[in-house]
Amino acid sequence: MIKPHRNHPLWLAFLLHRLSGVCLALYLPVHFLVLGLAIDETARLGGVLRWSETLPVEMAVMGLVFLLAVHLFGGLRLLVLEFLDWHDRQKSVAAAAVALSFAAAAAFFLQVI
Amino acid sequence: MIGVRLYLAQRLSALILAPLVAGHLAVIFYAVQGGLDGAEILSRTQGSVGFGLFYGLFVIAVSVHGAIGLRVVVHEHLKLAGRTLDGFTLATGAVLLGLGLRACVAVVG
Amino acid sequence: MSQAKEADLHVWRGDGNGGGLVRYAVPLRDSQTVLDAVTWIQRRLEPGLSFRFACRVGMCGTCAMTVNGKPRWTCRTRLKDVVENGRVVIAPLENLPVIKDLACDFSSFFGKWGKAGGRFAATATRLDAVAAIRPDSRRRRLADAGIECINCGVCYSACDVVRWNPAYLGPAALNRSWTLVNDERDGGREKRLRAVAGAGGCHNCHSHQGCATLCPNELNPTLSIAGLKRATALAVLKGEM
Repeated sequence: MIKPHRNHPLWLAFLLHRLSGVCLALYLPVHFLVLGLAIDETARLGGVLRWSETLPVEMAVMGLVFLLAVHLFGGLRLLVLEFLDWHDRQKSVAAAAVALSFAAAAAFFLQVI
Repeated sequence: MIGVRLYLAQRLSALILAPLVAGHLAVIFYAVQGGLDGAEILSRTQGSVGFGLFYGLFVIAVSVHGAIGLRVVVHEHLKLAGRTLDGFTLATGAVLLGLGLRACVAVVG
Repeated sequence: MSQAKEADLHVWRGDGNGGGLVRYAVPLRDSQTVLDAVTWIQRRLEPGLSFRFACRVGMCGTCAMTVNGKPRWTCRTRLKDVVENGRVVIAPLENLPVIKDLACDFSSFFGKWGKAGGRFAATATRLDAVAAIRPDSRRRRLADAGIECINCGVCYSACDVVRWNPAYLGPAALNRSWTLVNDERDGGREKRLRAVAGAGGCHNCHSHQGCATLCPNELNPTLSIAGLKRATALAVLKGEM
C-alpha cells in the first residue's frame, strides 16, 4: 500500500505529522464555533456539552487529543533535528513520540469515561 | 512552497505553541478530572485576564501556524500556486484568527 | 525445493510519450547483479534496450534505476536479493523525464545543481599560497560529510518533495550547496544562501530522510539541508538577507 521508496519509519512519522496537522486544522474552526456559542447561546452550548458526554464523542475527543500530542511531539522532533543538528537515534525518538502521545490520549480517555 | 520568511514564521509560531499546547492539555485534564461541566468552566474563565492573554496568544500563533502548514499541503497535493496559493493562505489565517478571537471573547469576556 | 533457474524481469520500455513493462525471462546465475541481467537482455534478447552504465563496480552511479519501486545502483544490487515470487520490476529513475527505456534526461537535475549555488566561487589564484585548512576543523568536517556525492540521482529520484513541488531544488543540489557554504576558500556565501532561501529552496524539505535511507554513499542530505535552514534563518535574523 505504501510505495516501496517510502517504506521506512521516518516517512511514517512524516505522514502522521501531516495527517494530524490537517485534521487539527479542519477541527479548529468547529471548535471555535462551539466555544462561540457561549456568547449568547449558553443553552445551546449546554446541549452540545451534554451531547459530548456520549461514548462515541468521547472516543473522538481522545482521538483529537492523540492527534494534538502526536503533532506536538513530532514537531518537537523536527525542531531538534533542524536547529540542534541532532540525528542519532532519530527513529527511536519518533517511536517514543508516538508512544507518549498515545499514553497522553489514553490517560485523558480513562479520566473521561 | 515556502521561503525563509514563511519558514521562520512557521517555526517561531511552533515554538510559541509548544508550551501553550502543553498548558491547554493540562487545563483540559484538570477540568475533566475535576468533573467540571460547561457552566463551571465558564465561571472560572469569564473575566480572567490570564485566560484571555493565554488563549489570545494561542489563537494568534495557531492562525499563523495552521495557515502556513495548510499552504504547504495544498501546494504539494492540490497543486495550488502563485496568487491563488497566497490568497488561500491569507484566507485560512483570517478565518482561524477571526473565529478564534471570537471564541476567546465568548469564553473570557 | 529446487532452486529457480530463471527470473522474470519486467522492464519498462518506452519514451517521453509513454510506455509499459515488458517481460523478459533471464537465467539466474551466482553473484549476478541487476545490471548483469539487464545487459544479458540487451545482448541476447533485445538489442534495442536503452540503458546507462559505466564502471559497473559501484563507483560512478551511472547505472541507477528504479528496482521494485526503489532507486538504486543496479551494479550493486544482486538479482537474487530482489527477486520476489520469481519476478523483478525495473524502471527508469523517477522525477526525471525519460529519453528512452531506462535512460533519463538529467538536465533538470544538473540545472538545479547550478541554481542552488553549486559552483565554487574562487577567492584566490594559483599564484597565491595554498589555503591552510585544518581537516579536523568544524567546517571542514561538515563539508567532508557531504562531498562524496557523485550526482547519481538516487536521492532526487526518491524525494517526495521533488515529486510534489516542481520548483524544489532537491537533496543533491542542496547537499552540494551546504558543502560549499562550509568551504572556507569559497567567496559566494551570500549569493548561495539567497539561492537556497527562495520558493524552491531548502525550507521545503520535510525531513523524510528517504534520501539518507537510499544514498549508496551513505550521505545524509537532510542534515545538510537542516544546516542550510539554520544558516539562512540566522542570516535573516541578523538582517543580512
